[in-house]
Amino acid sequence: MATPVISLERTDPYHPPAAHLEILRSDAPISRVQLPDGRRLWALTRHEDVRAMLADPRFSSDRRDPRHPSHTPYVGPDHRQQLIEMDPPEHTQLRRSVVGEFTVQRLAAWRPRIQQIVDESIDAMLAGPAEVDLVEALSLPVPSKVISELLGVPYTDHDFFQDNSAEFVRADSTPEQKKAAIGNLQGYIAGLVQEKVKSPGEDLLSRQIAAGTELEELQALGFLLLIAGHETTANMISLSVATLLDKREHLAALREDPQLTVGAVEELLRYFSIAEIGAARLATADIEIGGVLIQAGEGVMGLTNTANRDPLVFPEPDEIDFTRMARNHLAFGFGPHQCLGQNLARLELEIVLATLVRRIPGLRLAVPFDEIPFKEKGPNYGVFELKVAW
Amino acid sequence: MRIVAQPDRCVGAGQCVLVDPEAFDQDDKDGTVIVVRPRPESEAEIARAKEAVNVCPGRTLSLSVED
Repeated sequence: MATPVISLERTDPYHPPAAHLEILRSDAPISRVQLPDGRRLWALTRHEDVRAMLADPRFSSDRRDPRHPSHTPYVGPDHRQQLIEMDPPEHTQLRRSVVGEFTVQRLAAWRPRIQQIVDESIDAMLAGPAEVDLVEALSLPVPSKVISELLGVPYTDHDFFQDNSAEFVRADSTPEQKKAAIGNLQGYIAGLVQEKVKSPGEDLLSRQIAAGTELEELQALGFLLLIAGHETTANMISLSVATLLDKREHLAALREDPQLTVGAVEELLRYFSIAEIGAARLATADIEIGGVLIQAGEGVMGLTNTANRDPLVFPEPDEIDFTRMARNHLAFGFGPHQCLGQNLARLELEIVLATLVRRIPGLRLAVPFDEIPFKEKGPNYGVFELKVAW
Repeated sequence: MRIVAQPDRCVGAGQCVLVDPEAFDQDDKDGTVIVVRPRPESEAEIARAKEAVNVCPGRTLSLSVED
């Protein structure tokens, strides 16, 4: 039988790609599939199987192997590995050198500053016309400013940093514009690292330099933190607000009990799980997962967005329930590569949602929900534009 | 009942701290787990200990019935 080609596109704004859900609900929740670009791999859809795969270090993240399923085209053997492309023990060492910046305690100290950043963006919204694109007014600038401060970008450079970050996530940017923006940011971060060598400050980059991290490594890490934490967080902010304004019973629940916000963030993360392709790995040994033998050299992808709808783990998985408190969702992945910045993302989402609900009680969608331009083609789900009014 | 941690497996994601900040903390430098209250006693504490074991992405935590 020919390997079925599966689309990664969403056809319903509230649900993962139909092709993914079909695999989960079939009698072969671990299936051989072919992606539209020709990549052949195993798709894993059950929560238990995805976790087992991601926790097993024999499933490799090293993209220097041409058989690794996560890249097209192949990056070549001389490619400089990013943190997300490493396996233990190199990965463990580099991750440990930076994860101390992202502990729950360390991030709690950022709460007042993030609140201030969110308040400033909302002040600016309220000072202008009572209809804005929330993506531009709030979703993109908040994470950009937070990352800027975390990395120690001087205030005078925030606009440059934010403009270039926004350039390559905009729907209408050409590939050339995107490439130029990435080049600008990489060049900027390289210069920033040099600047921190000369005059260190109280920031992540300066502390990494003091700890002896190699400068080239640090430039790559700074860029990764920017890329990984910006558009993803922005997408989740926009999707969360769109959902609250569409399904207003959930908005009313948050207004009535602001303490529900933490549960709301967790549930919205589970529900949307925006990384469409999930987590891709290469099997380095013959490994049995969920009764299926995956052979050494075969690629796998753990479809986290689908595993988060697994009814064995999340009863009535297609219902949004802010009291569910299911922290075992896979929106940030699982295993040694689980998102480094996840607790920062949680904090930003919590503060944004609580503050919007409190400060703009009359917030509403300015276009019908069905007309919101969703990023249904991936690779990360989100919205390009979210017109709101109050 | 006792919470057992294998810090060498820990990936520093802090999920245990989110579940129960009174039972878990993270090392300031490398983010690895520190079990500050290894013996859950009340039903609620035991439930949170089980949840922490379940959500741990490094499969670092386990519960031991022995002392």
